[in-house]
Amino acid sequence: MSKRPYLPCREIIAFLADYLDGSLAPETRSEFDRHLGVCPSCVAYLASYRDTIRMAKAASIEADAGEPPEDLVKAIVASVRGE
Amino acid sequence: MLADSGVSDPSGALSADLVARLQAGDSGAFEALVRQHSMPLLRVARRILRSEEDARDAVQDAFVSAYKSIARFGSNSRLSTWLHRIVVNASLMRLRTQRRHPEEDIEAHLPRFLEDGHQVEPSVAWGESADAVVQREEVRGIVRAAIDRLPEQYRIVLLLRDIEEMTTEETAEALGITANAVKIRLHRARQALRTLLDPHMKGATR
Repeated sequence: MSKRPYLPCREIIAFLADYLDGSLAPETRSEFDRHLGVCPSCVAYLASYRDTIRMAKAASIEADAGEPPEDLVKAIVASVRGE
Repeated sequence: MLADSGVSDPSGALSADLVARLQAGDSGAFEALVRQHSMPLLRVARRILRSEEDARDAVQDAFVSAYKSIARFGSNSRLSTWLHRIVVNASLMRLRTQRRHPEEDIEAHLPRFLEDGHQVEPSVAWGESADAVVQREEVRGIVRAAIDRLPEQYRIVLLLRDIEEMTTEETAEALGITANAVKIRLHRARQALRTLLDPHMKGATR
């Protein structure tokens, strides 16, 4: 069993984006994993951070249906006629 | 990169034909371009500008800009990606002229830590699957309202990176800031958004 101190939660949360996008150095990543193995709070934070990204995307993207407003199309086409 | 950000991607052959006609000065081709791409571009502009009138103006600016520079459109690019970039830039230009909304301090929504580095309020797992809960229109509204509460410089980075799926470098270039500033703002924006969603999510049952 390692006697090395664990990284503090503050460090884990500060570098969470780097952890998720895989840009941490391998030794730092293994320290992250060691911390996550013993810290339910950071595990919960990590999961909800990931969920936040997915929810932001899903809630913002609308179905790609519908015709463009006719007045907008006409205005755009007219605006380049003079170009 | 543009994966599923609401911008249509007509087949490459159709796009290539359209571009060839545009570059040859075919006036009907421009109207076809507008009809094919204006809805997805309008959605991008609406997300950035939060004003229907400004969004329409930005889309118009974008198409005029595309019309003027179609000769420089490279065959290696995707038409939808190229137009997406143009409408993002047109929207950002227009955003700079908008009156600023009153903003909350993002610090209030970032996690707080004790001297020993632990969180002041330990995080609790969210009760319901995010993918399931975000199908509900009520929740989608809560998420969009929470994004709108972010201070502008954070909201825009979150939009461009996580929703429009631009890279860190593309976002940095569009905003005229460093890649490192994009990373910092994105992380803070996600943290603040997570804090704003937390009360709605941790009480939910799985």
